[in-house]
Amino acid sequence: MRSDRGQSAPIGLKLAATGGLLFLHLPILLIFVYAFTTEEKSFVWPPPGLTTQWFAITWNRPDVWQALSLSVRVAAISTAIALVLGTLCAAAVSRTKFFGRETISLLVILPIALPGIITGIALRSAFALAEIPFSFWTIVLGHATFCVVVVYNNAVARFRRTSGSMIEASMDLGADGFQTFRHVVLPNIATALLAGGMLAFALSFDEVIVTTFTAGQQQTVPIWMLEELIRPRQRPVTNVVAMVVVLVTLLPILAAYYLTRDGDQIAGSGK
Amino acid sequence: MTFAVSFQKVSRHFGSVRAVDAVDLDIVPGEFFAMLGPSGSGKTTCLRLIAGFEQPTAGSISIFGERAEGVPPYRRNVNTVFQDYALFPHLNVLDNVAYGLMVKGVGRPERQKAAEEALALVRLPGYGARRPGQLSGGQRQRVALARALVNQPKVLLLDEPLGALDLKLRENMQEELKSLQKALGITFVFVTHDQGEALSMADRVAVFNDGKIMQIGTPEDIYQRPKTRFVADFVGSSNVLPPDFVQRYAGQHRWGSLRPESIRIGRAAKGDGVAARLVSTNYLGATIRLALDAEGLRLHAIVPAGAALPREGEAVVLTFNREHLHLMDELG
Repeated sequence: MRSDRGQSAPIGLKLAATGGLLFLHLPILLIFVYAFTTEEKSFVWPPPGLTTQWFAITWNRPDVWQALSLSVRVAAISTAIALVLGTLCAAAVSRTKFFGRETISLLVILPIALPGIITGIALRSAFALAEIPFSFWTIVLGHATFCVVVVYNNAVARFRRTSGSMIEASMDLGADGFQTFRHVVLPNIATALLAGGMLAFALSFDEVIVTTFTAGQQQTVPIWMLEELIRPRQRPVTNVVAMVVVLVTLLPILAAYYLTRDGDQIAGSGK
Repeated sequence: MTFAVSFQKVSRHFGSVRAVDAVDLDIVPGEFFAMLGPSGSGKTTCLRLIAGFEQPTAGSISIFGERAEGVPPYRRNVNTVFQDYALFPHLNVLDNVAYGLMVKGVGRPERQKAAEEALALVRLPGYGARRPGQLSGGQRQRVALARALVNQPKVLLLDEPLGALDLKLRENMQEELKSLQKALGITFVFVTHDQGEALSMADRVAVFNDGKIMQIGTPEDIYQRPKTRFVADFVGSSNVLPPDFVQRYAGQHRWGSLRPESIRIGRAAKGDGVAARLVSTNYLGATIRLALDAEGLRLHAIVPAGAALPREGEAVVLTFNREHLHLMDELG
């Protein structure tokens, strides 16, 4: 009989774990370091010198602001659309029984299971077929396809845990449909929606593939970065923006995790 | 006369299932009315039709003289105590009770005062700040009752409200509900599958089976004078006697019923009566329940505990007063 309790792991395992973690996270650290380098044409290790000038330069570049503003607007509107559609769809699927319910459930989740490139090509050819010019709204539509899934999954899990007779009780006590939604349904699904919404926002903010296929001339932050890497000018600006993106996407995902860790899974967070 | 609730040929079908089938029903204002029946007999659907959660497929419903078809639940002066209580987990007890007044736009101080009073009425004063999750089953039940009563409904609907409580608590609540109903004078409509509960609490009982009402009457009517085999068997497990048997003792060829406590047991040697054999005895505390085999007919008798009993397997003679043999409407 032996017990592993209190014993420390073998040294080999420790080394492997450390190595794995370093392999995952060192490149990210590297990006942060390059944001301070004095060399602007290529990334040289070690950095020849350190400077904070790139933050000021980034601040004064209008293209950065355009990309950032576009990304925030796209993410905000896609998330808003997803919140409405995802909640409605989750309510329909979990509250009522109808023909084809399981199929609808599957179809809603499908966009997140499909590779982004498939969603992208499908949307692009659909837009071309319908002769819709690429615009801000085509990007929003593309992003909404996978944002809906995230909100739907969170909402459906919460709806399943709330008792259906609560809604009847509210109506019975004199509340009409709107009051029931406002005072009973919404408070019960609020944290699930907040978590789903944050995750949707983060997904939209760093999305590349679907955006490539659905954007016209506009550049969201990730697209702008790809373009920027080709040009040998003021390279560390890209790294400064990358730092911002990491913060903007990481914080909502962490918040979503803490809001729902009491049982709801954040389905689709692995995309 | 204006009835509290009146059903005229009301049906509610779900696809091919006739949950409620052409039901006629009149509930008198201020009475304690029980709907009794096995699960799936349509009693709960009738309750939901009164509450407005279901709409009739055919027929008409009126509540205090007003047509109720098409009127949504939130415009009916009727409140429900749900089987699972359906308390709002995100609100504390006081806000739960005050909910009905809140959505009607009653001001905060006023509705909280009314909610406190309702909580006092169900003997839960001072519990307002707690969350439903912190209460026991019996306390949640009282909160649900207070929440329904705070709106001062004309009819209070109770959907198996005592089903989830243990025996002792259930007996206490039965008495309390009964005296609460007397004090408030509100019409109570109570759904239950427990015949003891229906008989002990209700002024009148409707016995449901297969979406139809088998019999409506006072508990005594239902218990002593069942009209059909189903009622006799479901309410208090009467002995149902086939027409041939009844013919011999009452001269009429129709189904009869005989309450187990009406049967007397005698030694086989003496007197005439129904020859039978004692199959088994069941000790119930105050009484003993006997299973008897009378010429292939299984009968039950209840005798006071302590009476001298024959041994199991022994031959006995059963006697009963002719007037205790009740003739049902069902012919052979």
